[in-house]
Order: sequence, then structure tokens, then C-alpha cells
Amino acid sequence: MDLLTTIRSVFTVLMFVSFVGIVLWAWSARSRRRFDEAAALPFADEERARASSAAPRR
Amino acid sequence: MDAAATYNYTVVRQFTIMTVVWGIVGMAVGVLIAAQLVWPALNFDVPFLTYSRLRPLHTNAVIFAFGGCALFATSLYVVQRTCQTRLISDGLAAFVFWGWQLVIVLAALTLPFGITTSKEYAELEWPIDILIAVVWVAYAILFFGTLVKRRTPHIYVANWFYGAFILTVAILHIVNSAALPVSLTKSYSVYPGAIDAMVQWWYGHNAVGFFLTAGFLGMMYYFVPKQAGRPVYSYRLSVVHFWALISLYMWAGPHHLHYTALPDWTQSLGMLFSLMLLAPSWGGMINGIMTLSGAWHKLRTDPILRFMIVSLSFYGMSTFEGPMMSIKTVNALSHYTDWTIGHVHSGALGWVALVSIGCVYALIPALFNRQIWSTRLIEVHFWTSTIGIVLYIASMWIAGVMQGLMWRAVNEDGTLTYSFVEVLARMYPYYEVRFLGGLVFLLGMVVMAWNVWKTLSGAEKPVAATAPQAA
Repeated sequence: MDLLTTIRSVFTVLMFVSFVGIVLWAWSARSRRRFDEAAALPFADEERARASSAAPRR
Repeated sequence: MDAAATYNYTVVRQFTIMTVVWGIVGMAVGVLIAAQLVWPALNFDVPFLTYSRLRPLHTNAVIFAFGGCALFATSLYVVQRTCQTRLISDGLAAFVFWGWQLVIVLAALTLPFGITTSKEYAELEWPIDILIAVVWVAYAILFFGTLVKRRTPHIYVANWFYGAFILTVAILHIVNSAALPVSLTKSYSVYPGAIDAMVQWWYGHNAVGFFLTAGFLGMMYYFVPKQAGRPVYSYRLSVVHFWALISLYMWAGPHHLHYTALPDWTQSLGMLFSLMLLAPSWGGMINGIMTLSGAWHKLRTDPILRFMIVSLSFYGMSTFEGPMMSIKTVNALSHYTDWTIGHVHSGALGWVALVSIGCVYALIPALFNRQIWSTRLIEVHFWTSTIGIVLYIASMWIAGVMQGLMWRAVNEDGTLTYSFVEVLARMYPYYEVRFLGGLVFLLGMVVMAWNVWKTLSGAEKPVAATAPQAA
């Protein structure tokens, strides 16, 4: 096997391993809280706006 | 807290309005050239009204002017709202807006006069290419600079997609536009032969993948949850969606060059990566649509949400059709036929335009602090768009498959059964239906412009709350 083919094979394996790594990371329990916080971001600045404005109704 | 005082809404407003304007201009040119294919006399024997010169004007206008303005508007809005910080520089924002409008005007001036590099979707000549690169770098500084000074601990997934779009388009544009100028209006690509073709379609397909997909997925990941009033279905799926999509798209370009001088293994590689793309594409589509899970009733009352969800359905359809068409044996039938045109428009009208329209309708109340003048007209727009798209893509599918079959038909002695013009003559009814579909879609855009005009010119009707009204 020449060097170029070896590099290609190693690269392919690396890509596969990193993909599996990303999936494991995404589904790990540790990421859960961070992801929940991030997923709420589209609504976060409204809550901040509502909290900072004088809100007699609430 | 007054949102308009905290955030730079000026640039977002400018780009939002220009999205509507350029949408109408670009689509009107499209309708004109569709009409020319039915009634060739419509070029009036004037060189700058010929199909060959107006077609690149149409594609540039709808992709880079209409789609581009929608991407600038939403990305600069989303990055501010999700990072809870103002853009780093108002001056830079103004430069990006006016610079991009200048690019569009220059394109509209040069293309009809036949000044072109003849590279598809990269037709603009080198001085304009340099201007694009400068404006784009300014845009990147504006966007990433704002990300850096964010006041939130996380970077929301929509910004990841916008960021990938901005970074990749910069690389694609600069690499593919490398050329040797011979005069102010003429240059030659630095790449030779088949390499030039490969660079061009590496650029071309990633323009689809990053300009027309990743950027609009950024829109989807912010505006669909926002409009539905609930967070995205699965954030972890969106993370895997992001990394899988951007790493696979890069390699799909060679499917534009099946059965050409491109090495066979490169063609097969392109086909394989295109097939694999189905997985992340559908992952993203499902993630978007399932965000409505438990709130499906909102589709009945909210036409804006309907625009977004139907756009995701078209995204799913065209990202299924695309991988199928990249299979070499299917491509042998479909390539160079109107099937390709149908496929492109199912993605461009169905996905890109519908999601942009939905976002514009969602943005206007937030940006101008007033309610949309007529929700009924949004309904009208929704139905004209949908009917227009269906007429367009169905006629092109039939026309394309028919062309493919007639072109490959051979007699027993090996001669072609049909001459080119015989096939062309059979296309008339389909070209008429396509023209009609495009016209109906354009009418919807005019309805939108009228609605936006009435909204902006009418008395200010402040939106009750910043949050979307529940049902």
C-alpha cells in the first residue's frame, strides 16, 4: 500500500470516528442541560425584556 | 426594554424590504424568459432581451438578490436576538447593505450586455467579484464579531448554520472566481479543462448546499420554533444534523459532471456522497416539522407557520429527488432535460422562497412594531404560491422525462428516432403550464408587496406583546 492510500484510509477512519464521537457527545447526559438552555435562546431575550420592563400585569 | 433601541434593526429592515423588491424583479425576469420559450418573438430581436442574457440575470437576481437579502436580513436579526447584543458596528452594517445593493445593480447592468464569465451562478466579471469578496468579508466580520461579544453562554444552532454559510461561501467564491483579467470586462479562469469544470461544480453545488441550504436552515431553526412558540423538536439532532450536513455537502459536486471528461472515480464519489446527503437532509426536515408536534392546530390559523412547514415539506421532497437524480443511471436520463429545471424550482420556490416569505411575514411585525395589514392576504399568497409551484414542477417533470426518453430513443439501425426539433415541438404545452405556474407564483409576490406596503404606510398598530400570540 502506498503512502497516499494509507493517508486516505486513515482519514476515512478518522472521519467515521469523529462522527460517532459527535453522536455520542450529542446524546450524552452531560450535554442535555446545555442543549436545553441553548434551545430556549430564541425566547430568552423576550423574557429578559419582559422582566426588565415595568410589568404591572404580572 | 425597547428592542429597537438595543438592536440594530435598520439594516434588518432594509434587507427585509429589498427581499420583497428583488423577489419580484427576479421572478418577473423568470416569467419573461419562461414566456420567451413559448413565444420566442418576446425577445423583440433586441440583444439584451435574449434568453441567453436574461437567464443568468434571473438566476443571479433570485439567488443572490432575493435569497441573499433574505439571508442577510434574517442572519443579522437572529444573531442579535439570540446573542442578546447589538451588531458590533452600525457603519459596517450599512456598508454591507449598500455594498450588496451595488453588486446587484452592477449585475443587472452587465449581464444583459453579455458581460459574463460564462460560469453558471458565477457569471459576474472580476471587478464585481472583488466587490463581492470585500462586502462578504465585511459581513463575516459583522456576524462573527457579534457572535464573539454575545451575552449568552451558548451559540444557538441557527448561528452555526449561518456561520457555516458565511465562511463557506467566502471560500467558494474566492477559489472559483480566481481568474486572469485581460480587460475591465473580460477574464479567463486560472483552472484548465476538466479541473475548471470540477472547481466550477464544487462551487456550484456548494452554492446550493451552503447558500441555498445551510443559510436557510439557519432561518428554519430560529423562525419555526419562534412562530410555533416552542423550542426545536430535538436540539441534539440539530447538532448532528449540522456536522453531518456540512461535512457531506462538500463532496457532492461531481454529480453535475456525470459522463463527462471528469475521472470516473470522481463521478462515483460525487454520487455516493449525494446519496448519503439524504440522511442529514431528512434529519433536519423532520426536526423542523416535528417542532410542531403537539401544536399542529396552529397550522389551521397561522398562514405564516404554514409557509414554513410547507417549505420544509418541499425541502424534504427535493432532497430526496436530488440524491435519486445523482445516481448515474438516473442521471443518464435526467441530465440536460427540464427535469433538472423542475428539481431546482421545487427547491428554489418550494423551499428557499417559501421559507423566506414566511420569515419576512414573521419579521415585519417585530421590526416595525405593527401588525400585518391583512392576514387574509397572507392566506391568498400561500395558496397562489403553492398552486404556482405545483404547476411549475409537475409540468417540468413530465417535460423532462419525455425529453430524456425521446433523446435516447434509437431505431433498429442505430439512428436517432427523433430529431431535436421534434422533441422541442412536443414541449409547448408543458412550457405553457410552466409559464402559468411562474406567473401565479409571481402574482403571490405582488400580493405580498401590496400587503407589506399597506402595513408600513398604515397607522401604527403596536403589537400587543413581543411574543407571538398563542393561536
